[in-house]
This record gives sequence, C-alpha cells and structure tokens, in this order.
Amino acid sequence: MIHRSLLRYRGARYLWWALILIAGSSVLYATQNRDIQPPNGGTWQGYVLGTIGALLIVWLTLLAVRKRSYRSTNGSVQGWTSAHVYLGSALLIVATLHCGFQFGWNVHTLSYVLMCIVIFSGFFGLYSYINNPQLISSNREGGARSLLFAELFELDKQSRSLSQRCAPAVAIAVDSGIERTTLGGGVYAQLFSRDHSYFLRESSKGSALVRNVDQQALIDHVAERLPRAEKGTEAANLQQLIILLCRRQAVVRRLRRDIRLSGWLKIWLYFHVPMTVALLVALVLHIVVTFFYW
Amino acid sequence: MPTFNIVIIGAGPAGLSAAARAADRDRRAGRSTPSYLLLEGFNEHAKTIQRYQKGKHVMAEPGFLDLRSDFAFAAGTREKILGAWGEGLKRGGVNIRYGAEVKKVSGSKGAFAIQLTSGETFQAAHVILAIGLEGNPRKLGAQGEDHERVQYQLDDPKEFRDETILVVGAGDSAIENALALAEQNDTWILNRGKEFSRAKDANLNAVVAAITDPRRRLNCYYETSIKSVAPSTDPRAPTLTVVLQTASGEKTVQCHRIIARLGAIPPRKFVESIGIKFPNDRSDAIPELSRHYESNVPGVYVIGSLAGYPLIKQAMNQGYDVVEFIHGNDIKPADHPLLEYQFHGLPFERSADEMVERFQQLIPMFRELNSLAFRELIIESDMLASYSVGAEHADAEHKMAQLRKKLAGKDPQPRSTRIIREGESIYEPGEFGTSFFTIVNGEVMLETAAPQSIRTTLGRGEFFGEMSLLSGRPRLERAIAGAGCIVVETPRRTMLKLMNSNEEVRSGIDWIFVVRELQRHFAPFASLRELRAIAARVTLRQYKAGQVLFKEGEVGDSLFVLRSGGVTLSRVQSEGDKLVSQVRSGHLVGEMALMGDPVRRETATATVASDAIEIKRKEFLELTRRGDARLDPLQRSVSKSVVDNARMQVRPEAGSLMNFLMDEGLGEATDVLIIDDSLCVGCDNCEKACAETHGGVSRLDREAGATYANVHIPIACRHCEQPHCMKDCPPNAIRRSEDGEVYINDSCIGCGNCEANCPYDVIRMVYEAPKKPGLWSWLLFATGNGPGEQPDYQPTAKAKEKGKKAVKCDACVSVSGGPACVRACPTGAAIRIGPEQFIDLVEERKR
Repeated sequence: MIHRSLLRYRGARYLWWALILIAGSSVLYATQNRDIQPPNGGTWQGYVLGTIGALLIVWLTLLAVRKRSYRSTNGSVQGWTSAHVYLGSALLIVATLHCGFQFGWNVHTLSYVLMCIVIFSGFFGLYSYINNPQLISSNREGGARSLLFAELFELDKQSRSLSQRCAPAVAIAVDSGIERTTLGGGVYAQLFSRDHSYFLRESSKGSALVRNVDQQALIDHVAERLPRAEKGTEAANLQQLIILLCRRQAVVRRLRRDIRLSGWLKIWLYFHVPMTVALLVALVLHIVVTFFYW
Repeated sequence: MPTFNIVIIGAGPAGLSAAARAADRDRRAGRSTPSYLLLEGFNEHAKTIQRYQKGKHVMAEPGFLDLRSDFAFAAGTREKILGAWGEGLKRGGVNIRYGAEVKKVSGSKGAFAIQLTSGETFQAAHVILAIGLEGNPRKLGAQGEDHERVQYQLDDPKEFRDETILVVGAGDSAIENALALAEQNDTWILNRGKEFSRAKDANLNAVVAAITDPRRRLNCYYETSIKSVAPSTDPRAPTLTVVLQTASGEKTVQCHRIIARLGAIPPRKFVESIGIKFPNDRSDAIPELSRHYESNVPGVYVIGSLAGYPLIKQAMNQGYDVVEFIHGNDIKPADHPLLEYQFHGLPFERSADEMVERFQQLIPMFRELNSLAFRELIIESDMLASYSVGAEHADAEHKMAQLRKKLAGKDPQPRSTRIIREGESIYEPGEFGTSFFTIVNGEVMLETAAPQSIRTTLGRGEFFGEMSLLSGRPRLERAIAGAGCIVVETPRRTMLKLMNSNEEVRSGIDWIFVVRELQRHFAPFASLRELRAIAARVTLRQYKAGQVLFKEGEVGDSLFVLRSGGVTLSRVQSEGDKLVSQVRSGHLVGEMALMGDPVRRETATATVASDAIEIKRKEFLELTRRGDARLDPLQRSVSKSVVDNARMQVRPEAGSLMNFLMDEGLGEATDVLIIDDSLCVGCDNCEKACAETHGGVSRLDREAGATYANVHIPIACRHCEQPHCMKDCPPNAIRRSEDGEVYINDSCIGCGNCEANCPYDVIRMVYEAPKKPGLWSWLLFATGNGPGEQPDYQPTAKAKEKGKKAVKCDACVSVSGGPACVRACPTGAAIRIGPEQFIDLVEERKR
C-alpha cells in the first residue's frame, strides 16, 4: 500500500512492542507476594512499574517536541505518533498494575485519574483521526472549504437578484434569510451544528422574525406564495428561486457538516494537551510525596 | 568629408569601451584631433541600459572574467553604472556625436563612407559595429505616431494614475505593461488579432483573466489597430483623439496616452546591407567573425551582442581588444588566462592557443565551427584529464592544487583542469546530469547497467552523454575514464546554444543518439558502424503537446523510441476515452504492432512537447534478425504491457485517476508530493516543517491544489524532467543535483522569470523572513509565532534592500534526512513519489 495509516506503520510494529510491554508488566505484577501485602505501588515490582510508567509519560509528552523538530533525523513523526498511540494505550495497563487498584482521595489517585483522562481523550482523538478525514473529504467532494463558500456566495447573489423581481415580501424574506443564515459560531455551536438562522416574514399583521433552522422555513415560505402567484412571470421566478434556495440549503448543510467534523477533529487536542500538563504537575507531586513515605 | 581612422557605430558598453581605448591611444600619441568618432543614434549613451527599470540590478557576469577596459564597470544599480560611464565620457573627452543615426555604410577597407540619416557623411579606414541586438522599436505606422504622448517604452507604470491609456500590442511586453497600468488606470489593450498567441503561458492566462474580470480595469479591443492619433480639440477631454480600425468599422476614442509595444526591428537588414554575411536565416544567427572580430568585409569589425556576446563585461573587453587589433597590436584576449587555467593540468607543453587549435582539429564534429565559438565552448566547459594511479596522478593533483591556491582570491573561482584517476567513474547510472562529453585524447569506456553489462570503448573525437542532454533523464550507463584520457564536459546550456546555431553539431548529436538508442533497445552487441545504415533510415519526429502519434484501430507498421517528453496511451470505451498507460522518455511506444498484433490497440498522445524516433517494420526486422538480437526482453515487456493495459482498462477509476495525474502535469514530474485526503487531518505540520527548514518561508501550500479520488496534489515543485524554471534564468541560479533535486542557489537576482515560466505556480518571490524566537522559548513562554511561516511577516530593512528572491521546494537537498514534509506528517498522509510509483498509487486505491 503506498499510503499507510499510522496504525499500520511498519506492519504495526509498535503494537507488538505494546503487547510485549503489557505481557511483561503483567508477569511482573503477578510475581508480587500477596501474603505480605496486597499489590501496590510500594513493592519493588510496584516501583519498577512506576518508573516505567513515569518514563513512558515523559517520553509520550516529548512527541510535542519531536513533532516540531523539523531537522531531526530521529525516526519520523509518523513513527513517533504510531509508537505514541500504542505505547500510550499500554500505559493504561502499566499504570493500573503499578497502583494495584489502590485508590483513595489523594494526589496519587489524582495523577491516575488525570492520566486516564489524557489516555481516553487520546482514544477519542485517534478515532476522529481515523474516521473524520474521509468523511470531510467526501462531504467536500474533493474540493476545499473555500470552494463551498464560493458556491454559497454565488447562490446568495443569484437568489438575491432573482428575489428582487418577485413580490416585495419575498424579496424581504430572502434577503433577511440570507443575512441571518448562521454558520459556525462558538465552540458549542460548531461542534453541535447549532443553527440560529432566522428570516423576516411580512404579513398583514406586521413583520416577525421566524426561525429558519436548516433553511427549510424560508423555502416553505416561498413555496406557499407560488399557488397564490398573480402573474405567470412571477410563478416562473418563484420556481427558479425555490431551486436556488434548495441548492443553497444543500451547500449550507455541507458547510455545517464540514465545520462540525473539522471541529471534532481538532477539539480533543484542546483537552489532551492541557490535561497532560496537569498530569505532569500531579505526577511530580505524586513522586515527591512518595519519598516522604520511604 | 571628415576622415577618421576608426568610426564606431553604437555607444553601448562595447562602443564606449572601444572609443575610450581609441581616445587613450590618441592621448599617448599626443594627437590634437581625434583619430576616431563614436556615433550614437539616441540622445544618450547606452540606450538599452537607460531603458532598464529604475533601480534595476545589473550583473557583471561572468564572475571569473577580468575586465579590461578604460571605462569602469562593476555589478550594481543601473544608475550607478550609467553614472560611471557618463563620468568616463567627460573625463576622457570622448569624441561622441549623439542623434547620429547611421543610414548606410559603403566602401572598402581604408575608405568607408558612413552616411547618417541627416545626410552628413564621414570617411573612415575601419568601422566597428557595436549596435547591439535591440534595434529600433517598431512604430505605430499611423498618423501621429510621434506625438509626445505616444510612448514606445514604459519605465514606471506607477507614474500614471486614473488615466485612460491604450496599450497597443499582444506580446509579453504589451501584456505586462497593460496589467501593471490597469492597477491604477483605465486600460485598453489593442490586439490586432483574435488571441494572444505569441505570449508566454503565464502572461496569456493573466491577461485573459484580467480582461474577463469585471472588477479589473482592463479591457481589450480584438482585431483592432490604430488608424490615426491627433491632439484632442476639446480642452475638457483627455489629451488624444484616436481613430481605431476595428473588424466592424472605424471607432473614435479618447485617451490620455498610448503605449505601443510592437517589438523591435532587428538590425540584421542594416548589417547585411554593409555586405556582412550571416550563416543561415535563423533569427538568432550571428555573423562569421575572425579571431580579431573582423567580419567577411575586411575593415568592418563586429563586437558586443551582435557578435554573440550578450554580456556587458565581454562587450567592453572586446571594445578594448578590437581597437588594439586595428592598431596592429595582436594582444591576447582578456579571457586568455581562462584558457591557460583549463589546460594547466594537461601533460602537454604547448601554448594554450596552439592547444585550442589542435583540439578543434581533433574533434570532427567541431572542425567546421567558428574558431571563436569553439574557444567559448572550451572556456565554458570543464576539462577532465586522467592519470594512472600513483606518482603521475599525485604530481598532477599537486600542480592543480597550487594553481587553485593562487586563484583562491577570485570569486567565483575560474575553471581549471579537473584531475581524475584512470579507472574512475565520470558518471554513474541513475545520476542526474545533463552535460555532454567529448573525447579529445585517450579512451573512455561506457558500461551499461543490468541486466546485461556491456562495455563499449570510445576514442578520440567521439562523444557521449547525449541521451541525458536531450531528454533530461538520469544517466543510464557508467562512464569510466581510460588511461591518459582528456575529456571536455560541456554544460547543457552551452550545448543547446551550439546545437541551435550549428546544423552540423545538431545532426551529429541526433545521429549518434539514434544509433545508441537502437543499440540499447535492440542490438546491444552491434557496433556503431553496423548500425549506421539502419540509423540513416529512421525518422526523427517532433510532437506538440496534445498531438497524436497513432490512433487506435489503425494498422501500425512502425514503433517509436521516445527521446524526450511523455506519451499517454488510451482506449476508447463506451464512456469515452480511458487512459491505460503512460510512457516516459527513453522507452518504446507502439512496439506491439511490430510484434504479433498489427492493429493499434490504443491511441498514443503526447502529454508535453515530445521527440520520438520512428522505426519502420523493415528496419526493425533487420535489427531483430541479427544473431545477437535481444528479442526475449522485448517480448516479455510487450506481454507485460498487454496485461497492464488490460487491467487498467477494466478499472476505469484507475484510468481516471491516472488521467487526473497527467492533467496536473505529473507526466513530466520526477519527485512529487502527494497527500492522501483520507489520512490528512489538516494539521499543516508539513508546511511548518518546510518553513522551519527553509529560513521561515514555506515552499509548500498544502491546502491549495487539485484533488481527485482522495488524491490531493498540493502546490509544490515537482522537479520536472526538463524544468521550465531553468529555461530563462539569467544568472543560471537554478541547478539540478546529482540525485535529481532542482534547487535555486544564492545567485538569484529576483528577476521573476522562473515564476512566470512555471506552469504549476510553485515559485514565489519573497523577502527573507526575520529571525524568530526558538522552539523551547515558544513552548514554554509563548514568545514569537511558533513554527511555520508567519503570515504577513515584516521583512527587515536589510532584507528589503536585498530584494525579493525566488523560492521553491528543493526536496530538502541540503537537509540531512531528506524531505522534511514527509518526515513531519503524523498520520502518514504525505508521501513523495516518482513516476515509477504512479501505477501503484492508482491501482491500490481501495478506499
């Protein structure tokens, strides 16, 4: 295969490393003599597992540096990332075996919990990295997001100019509908495709802002006018306008989906990295505190 | 009639230098009246340089040549150089007449009559033509063409604002001027034809885009020319009233000025009217000259760009030399030391001049060459000399090391003999080199690569390396230096110039190329003599991009050896033509018709301009019926092609993808960055890596570029087989390394030719980026912008002074570890592949 994903890098060699690490840690864990004390981080096996775990955490964090050391010939970033994913997963087992399931309300368990958050956010990140690019690419039909926007702006222009040739209420509805189409927004809005689009509906009772989620209400509004059209030309224009608005709806849907998928592709790193910093702090405290109970 | 010893026509660098030399001689001889006269048609000296843009940087190439002139010249701005020459004219009291355009020169040596357009006549014993190649600009050919608001030159487009301007012409200059003016003015181009067919691709696209864009202030009148120009009678209207002749009749418009860029009338007719002969009808032909720059008309000398030396320093040296020659002083030309350095390491005791003469005699193909041209060739080439390992070699190396130490102060270092060992490889298979080798003495062995290693020995007068010269492909064989061999290695540029001006050289190289290709493909054990008869009967064909070599369904009776370029094979399907295969240079096309299946199963189309050798059935049978013919490999490759093509045919999506790659120009790529869109997460680490390993400026635009079936081709250099950017680089700053990377070195002057020539938009002109805080500082303290090119970075004053330089992807030629973009991609989406891997890319698209 000419392109290979990071999971299959070099025949998934780091998967084998991870499995060997897990197997070795399990064996080590099993050698603890339960008669003296329950398995915990304080036995010599616990210390060994703990040291392995700590070193692993430091090395995993160093991906941030390797990724940005562009002249480095120390492997490739893809290799490092592949190892990062597999060995980071194995860390979950190693750290759990190290602590021997001894949990409490203390800085030790805090480190463990932070580590789990980091690892699970990493799983989510891996999932989106494997899943989303293909979805984004097919959603964009091979182009770039800017092409979709260009298409949208072109449709906006055409819709506006066509609506000017229809009844004033239609022109107002379309103009306002286009102006008040929302895409993206804050983090929540992007990730969950919130749609706060509105349009202005003119009626005998005055004008009112109507919700226009998914552009459907605007399309329906224009469609309602069609059987009540007064001139033949108006009906033809309305037909054409409906087609334009439907195309617009399709493009807006694509854009919303693109924003959402791209958002999820990026958001997890905003957890993964700050949590790692917190983990490093907690880890240092955890190690220092242990020395008081030498 | 005033009489002079020498009349110099043209006050460019060559003419100025000649006049200065003559003036100095007069001074030494104590003359009260000048023995010479310098005539200049313009009202200032050095017209061509006066017309350069303000502040333009003028180079002093070639760097290793010394200046020998009474006038000063060094690399610098146009203003500085013109100023120095103006000074020189005043101080030297040079006898110069301005506004003196020469209409006719007649007579013979000792008594020439030089007549000006004003009617004034001078007599001279000798005439020096230093008129350059620019010629006079072609005028409008309409009434009012000399009005002061009708310009034939545009120095500074920003000078005019909010005017209505007509630009007449459809060539590169007209387009460039019109586009620049349209930024601030209402501009109209008047094109006599229906299209802009003469313009460079980049200009054609730019002007059509600007004309069709309603937001740009540029429009075009097609099939239109100017009938007359008159000052406007209405004081409120713009200055000129112009009557246009259009396809639908006359039309009157008002404008503020007219810029006419209609090309120049070349001076050839004038030169020929003096009796000087040109060797052929080609527009770039130069007259035949003796060693002393004397033409076939005794007493008339030609120097400067008209003599084939377009560089200022050379022209000035010639001006000096020719006056000395006329006075009977047979001095050695200024480039004589360069010849001596080249011959320094050779085991001969003769003088450099004698050796140049002897060498020319020893090489049949160069024997009829103009001796000046051959001398230039030697100076621009590398001289290789082999010695047997041991004392001899050590002595020779020592001698050259001493010479190099002496020359160490010069920058750049002039060429000197390259000492190699007997048995050493001059080049290896797979190396990217495009130079041409001629054997002056001794032997060179050519050894073909696997599967069969066959050795050929070449001797004195023969040459090699022509395949890479013509096609740009990497070397296919190993060249091994024999005992005591002397080889001239000529760079591609020089060789192409020679081939274009000399039929004999061109046909000689073409011929040996054909013979060697026949040998390589069909009869590896045959000698050149045996193949000669067959070689004479094959045809060399040239195809433009898009031209068809043969059509599907025809009965074929010939095959083609592709010399340069690329061809695609396609088959007609119910949904239209589908691509089944692409053939690169050095390979065979259509051989199946001569081996079993006479009907063409595909249509062969050239993707870029291509050359091919057509071999008909009769000659093919002659070649393959020899006892030592290698039919087996041929038959095997034909069977494989049949299967490959059938597989491609039944997977139309693979064919479509290959079509897409070819449409994007990958048919001429050697190393291209491809991104798998289903793996790419848009992190842009590839761009950041590129910027960080290249002075903070990215050479890659990841997001831009075309995509098809999840294959995305970002905008980055593809290192074409025959790089478009190299075509027109004045300082020769664009080079190709041995491993094939095309890169731009430090001698770039920022002229922008490469940017305009590149059809793929991969070159940018940028200022140097300012230094940034380091990685750790950013990681820990958030200083600076972080890795990657800072958008809208502000260059330092020093960088602004240096000016914009051309940048493009260089496949990380100077970064250990190879391309940074690939190494920095976390998901494995970015890979770099060569053309041999396109089929893998296309076949395994399972996603």
